[in-house]
Amino acid sequence: MSRIGIFTRGLIKDNAVFVLMIGLCPALATSSTVRDGFGMGLAATFVLVLSNLIISLLRKNIPNEVRIPIFILIISTFVTIIDYMMQAFQPDLYRALGVFVPLIVVNCMILGRAEAFASKSSVIDSILDGLGTGFGFTLALTIMGTIREVLGNGTFLGMTVFGESFKNAPVIFMIMSPGAFLVIGILKALINKYVKKVSA
Amino acid sequence: MKNPALIFLGAFLVNNIILMRFLGLCPFFGVSSTVETATGMGMAVIFVMTLAAWITWTVFNVVLLPLNLVFLRTAVFILTIASLVQLVEMFLKKSYRTLYNALGIYLPLITTNCAILGITFLNIDNKFNLLNSTVFAIGTGFGFTLVIIVFAAIRERLDMAPINPSLKGYPISFIAAGLMALAFLGFSGLFGLT
Repeated sequence: MSRIGIFTRGLIKDNAVFVLMIGLCPALATSSTVRDGFGMGLAATFVLVLSNLIISLLRKNIPNEVRIPIFILIISTFVTIIDYMMQAFQPDLYRALGVFVPLIVVNCMILGRAEAFASKSSVIDSILDGLGTGFGFTLALTIMGTIREVLGNGTFLGMTVFGESFKNAPVIFMIMSPGAFLVIGILKALINKYVKKVSA
Repeated sequence: MKNPALIFLGAFLVNNIILMRFLGLCPFFGVSSTVETATGMGMAVIFVMTLAAWITWTVFNVVLLPLNLVFLRTAVFILTIASLVQLVEMFLKKSYRTLYNALGIYLPLITTNCAILGITFLNIDNKFNLLNSTVFAIGTGFGFTLVIIVFAAIRERLDMAPINPSLKGYPISFIAAGLMALAFLGFSGLFGLT
């Protein structure tokens, strides 16, 4: 596969949230606003790229029998780093994302890429794969965050979109939990209808 | 919020782990095709969640806190839970064959279940004592079981319903879950819990 193909595979063709339907917990929980969704996506991308890099570097030294615990340890190291960095530099975002920052460690998207790709591929390819998958995840969360914030709060990144009259009576449940299920259900139905080729 | 009864109700209904906290969605969509498998999964989650809450609470308060190793929380908890699940599986296989036959196939799935790890983090973040941690874990487990069984019943009906082909499978399940979440929003404010 070409380098561009490796990057776009995770970005669009095998998009973690919309096509493969993995990493759903953070995707639904942190997409109530654009900022939270984007922040969560970048945090997961950070962990994904660096764990792919380290696992790819060590791929010839990791014994096959204990590879999963080693992958989990490497991933949890980077999760701890982003956990403390976000606490220090983005305390508001950290409070909004809450328990989902340490829970990046059990995101099956990250362990899946480590097992299926980084443990078998060169360093450059693994970084590209991590970037593609991570940006695909970020893209999905930002799209969901945009829909939910615009409808549920009448704002985009905190800026008013529809004017003051809408702000008084928005579709409030969109930023609450039912909105997340409805938005991803409707998006998935649209993908099934119009992008037949992609749906697996 | 210190009353154990209120903690139980809060974890069971008001802040339901699946519909309000979005934890454990993989088994929620993965093992909810029939009521029978959903019940098995729910029981396994209650069991492991309670054990995991005890073990991680002890590890955190007896080992990590005195040694000033709080930053190792994520790595230590996930390894503790993974080995705990392995141990439980071996123990059940040897000693309680019937229980193993009922829960066995769900146990490996639970290791990377974010619901279990999430509850252990929430116990620490909420600064619960051991009793409240236990009550919180059991309430959460029951909330998980209730929702996954009801959802499995809905999905059994959906299988027979005439549904637009592009809505079949995941999309209609998500929309059904969304309507359930809307119904569960009605519990918010119960006994002053939010």
